[in-house]
Amino acid sequence: MRAKTRRADPKLLTGTHFMNGDEACAEGAVAAGCSFFAGYPITPATEVAERMSLRLPQVGGVYIQMEDELASMAAVVGASCAGARAMTATSGPGFSLMMENIGLAAMLEAPCVLVNIMRGGPSTGLPTLVGQQDVMQARWGSHGDYEVIALSPESPQEAFELTLEAFDLADKYRTPVMILSDEVVGHMTEKVVIPPPEAIGGRSRRKRKPGKRGFVPFAPGENEVPPLVFAGEGYHLHATGLTHDDHGYPVITPDAQERLVQRLVRKIRDHTEEILRTEELYIEDAEVVVVSYGCSARTTREVVERCRQRGLKVGMLRLITVWPFAEDRIRRLAESERLKAFVVAEINSGQIAYEVERCAQGSVNTVLAGFMGGRIFTPEELLPIVEAALK
Amino acid sequence: MIRKLVSQQNTAPERSGWQSGHGDHPLDRFLKEGRIPHIWCSGCGIGIAFTAFVRALDKGQFDTDGTSVVSGIGCSGRAAGYLNLDTYHTTHGRAIPFATGLKLAKPELKVVVFSGDGDLFAIGGNHIIHAARRNIDITVICINNFNYGMTGGQGGPTTPLEARTTTTPYGCAEHPFNLIYMAKAAGAAYVARWTVLHTYEMRDAMIEGMNKRGFSFIEIVSPCPTGYARRNKLGSTLDLMRFYRDNSYLAEELDPENTALPFQGRVAVGKFVDKEKPTFMDMWDGCVVSKARKR
Amino acid sequence: MDFWRVPLDADKHEVVIGKVNIIAYRCKGCKYCIEFCPNDVLEESDEFNEKGYYPPRVKHEGRCINCSFCETICPEFAIYCTVAERRPIQPDDVIHIEKISRRLKHLRRSEAGEAAG
Repeated sequence: MRAKTRRADPKLLTGTHFMNGDEACAEGAVAAGCSFFAGYPITPATEVAERMSLRLPQVGGVYIQMEDELASMAAVVGASCAGARAMTATSGPGFSLMMENIGLAAMLEAPCVLVNIMRGGPSTGLPTLVGQQDVMQARWGSHGDYEVIALSPESPQEAFELTLEAFDLADKYRTPVMILSDEVVGHMTEKVVIPPPEAIGGRSRRKRKPGKRGFVPFAPGENEVPPLVFAGEGYHLHATGLTHDDHGYPVITPDAQERLVQRLVRKIRDHTEEILRTEELYIEDAEVVVVSYGCSARTTREVVERCRQRGLKVGMLRLITVWPFAEDRIRRLAESERLKAFVVAEINSGQIAYEVERCAQGSVNTVLAGFMGGRIFTPEELLPIVEAALK
Repeated sequence: MIRKLVSQQNTAPERSGWQSGHGDHPLDRFLKEGRIPHIWCSGCGIGIAFTAFVRALDKGQFDTDGTSVVSGIGCSGRAAGYLNLDTYHTTHGRAIPFATGLKLAKPELKVVVFSGDGDLFAIGGNHIIHAARRNIDITVICINNFNYGMTGGQGGPTTPLEARTTTTPYGCAEHPFNLIYMAKAAGAAYVARWTVLHTYEMRDAMIEGMNKRGFSFIEIVSPCPTGYARRNKLGSTLDLMRFYRDNSYLAEELDPENTALPFQGRVAVGKFVDKEKPTFMDMWDGCVVSKARKR
Repeated sequence: MDFWRVPLDADKHEVVIGKVNIIAYRCKGCKYCIEFCPNDVLEESDEFNEKGYYPPRVKHEGRCINCSFCETICPEFAIYCTVAERRPIQPDDVIHIEKISRRLKHLRRSEAGEAAG
């Protein structure tokens, strides 16, 4: 750990740094006002925890290393209910353990941030090497119907920015937000520029709270999201993992289920356009669009540039927001006459490829460029697949 | 692919319960309106422990805005839903780490965990050990009815040897935990055990536990009429209460190691541990933050 | 043991007569209050409530001493005690104090004695 000189605001280390993706993630969290971290060491996410254990005492937060990932996620949800901006970081095996409490966070509508530095799986897999195999699990991992928001950075700089944004998204939609990074981005050391406070803007939470008389804790408010209140503020609210009515009391009936789950799903699904962020490269006249995210996008970018230099009409769609999925975008692209195929380049045996194929609805071919993991694929490996798709 | 979800019907179910009778009992101000009668069976000891907790809130004059109750899954876990405080009904076994997060994020909150023997010591066993070790400043009230009541009466970690439950139809073949021995060994600052018949002692133990700085653990031995008592032919709950009256004895001078609860044996009650020990936040502020600020 | 004179500090003490308030619709018929009342004030009533349970009723008016044990042992918030009367100790109380034993042996015996004649 490099010692930092004291700055005006210990939360924001404004300046130019040379740090790896994990550390950038932690700095993004601290800059966003994160004041609680509960985690468990796991390669390749350990550096996030180490950095948080160093930084949180400096900024008045609390760091606790829990006994396992189940406890970590439960503590994060608890801290969120008490009003702290809370975060945890893990990788594949820990992610599986956290699933039940991710469902709890979705049900209690507790805003929190969960960082998954993906590695090769299944099971213990490749602890120190890359994979992108947890993407579907991020969406469907916990039982029951709910929606999550998942962001995927392709560089340490973006890891900083996306983590910073994740806390605001979590508050706005009262949902767990995941940062689906991967081992390559997590362990790569690059230039990270942390902007001055004016550039980041106000990161504090809304101070005005609803009145206490007749307060209904889970009545849909703006965006179908109930107003955010915390323990100890005098609202005497009851939050339960059981299906509940607007007052928060458990009601075990189909009507209550209908009303509650519809709202939980709709609050994200209906606002997909506002949440979604993508990056598009040479899309307008592309005959083949390569869909990619995370570290895979770095190789894809190189491949697209090389193709364009040779006059091949190839474009890239990079998913910065992986979930909710960019359904409309894919659908509209599939409807265009020019487009011959989608190529989905990812480090797994096909996860986002299924989503793209589903949205293309058969009007355009979807080709999977899947790599099993362990290393980032080279342009030479992706190029033949793209060229084949052009025919 | 269904894009539009079925439009919502405006048929939010009404709250059930005794709507008009709220306020008939002097302690009703601690209960959520319209949630009584609670779901516990006739004669269930959880109701008595719950009443003792409400009386503890009353006598100890705890601030209802600043007290929070977290519970797990099970019959005991339903207690959170009836209290007029900020309450959380969390996942099975994870009430204690949830309470840890709640407490550390807002140290001025008084946090109480109200749960059962299976939730706290089977699936949640790891968490209670570490919370006691770290001396997190929470109070854990464990209702021990020797089985998993909510799901129909299965065996659990405290089911005594040879007792019958739905998953031990030939008699339990496992040695049970001695909960107060475990709590003491894990490092809890306050450990006590009472039966539901010791209503005043229970209430005072809860007040002491909540006022205590550090991890407090209170085990409450309770009858379970529908699950445990029926399957072991122990008679009615009245018979079980008479049994506790005749067979519990004050054993504070004993080491918790010798206070195991055999099947229908004598019940050792009392306050076994009451010591001063720095809490997690004391150590955090004193050892970690003070050094971090220097850098 | 009956007192044979008024105690010297009688003016510092009071006789408290309590009133038992029963919220019948809440009762679940566990019978703890009936069993554990130290003064044998309650018995099971003949009428049942909405849910089909038989709540307690006061057997002997004026016997309640406001110890509130029924209030503490009830799991349902269905019973509580209030003070009906507070009065200083009279010589009459002293002579007729009944000994209250833990298992109500004397009460039962005296009742049986009265019944016998």
